[in-house]
Amino acid sequence: MTALEKEPTTPAQGEPLVVLSDVQKWYGDLHVLKDINLTVHRGEVVVVIGPSGSGKSTLCRTINRLETIGEGSIQLDGKPLPEEGKALANLRAEVGMVFQSFNLFAHKTILENVTLGPIKVRGVKKADADAKAQELLDRVGVGHQAAKYPAQLSGGQQQRVAIARALAMEPKVMLFDEPTSALDPEMISEVLDVMVTLAKGGMTMVVVTHEMGFARTAADRVVFMADGQIVEENTPEEFFTNPQSPRAQDFLGKILKH
Amino acid sequence: MEAITTDFDLYLKGFGLTVGLFVASGIASLVFGALLAAARVGPISVLAKASAAYVTLFRNTPLLMIFIFIAIAMPRIGFTFNFVEEIRVGDWNISGFFFRACLALTLYTSAFVCEAFRSGINAVPIGQAEAARALGLTFGQNMTNIVMPQALRAVVPPLTSVQIALAKNTSVAAAFGIAEATATMRLLGNRYGDQTVEIFFFIAVGYIIIVEIVALGSYALERRWKAAAR
Ligand SMILES: Nc1ncnc2c1ncn2[C@@H]1O[C@H](COP(=O)(O)OP(=O)(O)OP(=O)(O)O)[C@@H](O)[C@H]1O
Ligand SMILES: [Mg+2]
Repeated sequence: MTALEKEPTTPAQGEPLVVLSDVQKWYGDLHVLKDINLTVHRGEVVVVIGPSGSGKSTLCRTINRLETIGEGSIQLDGKPLPEEGKALANLRAEVGMVFQSFNLFAHKTILENVTLGPIKVRGVKKADADAKAQELLDRVGVGHQAAKYPAQLSGGQQQRVAIARALAMEPKVMLFDEPTSALDPEMISEVLDVMVTLAKGGMTMVVVTHEMGFARTAADRVVFMADGQIVEENTPEEFFTNPQSPRAQDFLGKILKH
Repeated sequence: MEAITTDFDLYLKGFGLTVGLFVASGIASLVFGALLAAARVGPISVLAKASAAYVTLFRNTPLLMIFIFIAIAMPRIGFTFNFVEEIRVGDWNISGFFFRACLALTLYTSAFVCEAFRSGINAVPIGQAEAARALGLTFGQNMTNIVMPQALRAVVPPLTSVQIALAKNTSVAAAFGIAEATATMRLLGNRYGDQTVEIFFFIAVGYIIIVEIVALGSYALERRWKAAAR
């Protein structure tokens, strides 16, 4: 999987790329995001972890405005997220998203899944988009499946295509919402390998996952959420070996038992 | 037999009009119904509400009433739509009657087409549209590239039923001075009182042929799409 690694770009830890300030969100009466302050720096990999219903997906989805927020602000690369229209579409093009359920376009071939965004959103010529897509599919190891339809691929292969589809837009940041939770155990590592390589290659990533192996190898920081709040933030090593809050200790106690 | 053989040109003319009404209103209702469905699921709430109100109004009103409104009430208040008679293609032109019938059929059928499309759109998993949004596709691109093509597959059977109903609903136009197939049946029945059964039989066969063509086309589409994906 070394093919995914880019030229060792300067590990530009530094400038803030995604900045959430005092973000609040409600679903009706349910307060799902409470006082969220989170800054993701360029090149940083942040793993978000926490119990079911704690708001991890919602947090992820607010960053490309698939969900709107009630209060506060979110900035990408120094600019507040646009409200709607063409500007919002352009923002989304800059933020790659990988879903738990892959969500490949069922009526399009693997190659078309990857070229659709570049052609329709970026206006890339078909021949160029095809070449780039083929290269990306080769990199994630599904190049020979390009002509098939999503339903003909295994879950692990579909998720790697979904990653290639997001990468084809050359996003500034990639969001992953439990990318391996829907996969059979034997397929998890093939997807995580791709993600680790991406991380090492300098991609800015926000990853909701319970895969501790991934967090330890690839994450710069772990963010622990509970009840819509960020309860604890730390390096993976510190967080897993020495959690500070009772909520995190309790949570880790539960997942480590398995 | 002689009712059909001697006046075969009448028979053909009648069905020509029936087919004309069907094809014109069929295409117009598919286009208008798809637009209504897009408005219904779209992000602009005024349009969504207007579309819902339209469907409620036209789906719950008997077709005959819509015909009476368009063909009788509207001309009384000055909307004859006779300007369409000015449109000439060669020596052929549309009659005001024909246009009003198409209008009534289209307004009525579009409500059903909209509901068929809406059920098809709802059959497309939400993640499909979401993934497209996440890539940066606009609402329009999302509808035309992702949602509608998949909705179409789910929508062929209900749309076929709607269009078959339309083919038969064209007969309502008989009551409004259009000599389509059903009006022709009545005319021939008056002329050849002793052959009503044969006349009825031949007219029925004509409708069956039209409906079967629609049904066969629909099966062919279904088969092709099944072969194309998965
Ligand atoms: N569309 C919605 N409408 C109403 N409530 C919602 C909606 N989506 C999520 N919620 C609620 O918001 C809370 C946070 O949900 P979210 O999906 O962000 O949690 P999560 O941390 O991702 O959980 P999981 O680990 O199960 O994926 C939950 O209580 C959930 O029931
Ligand atoms: Mg979730």
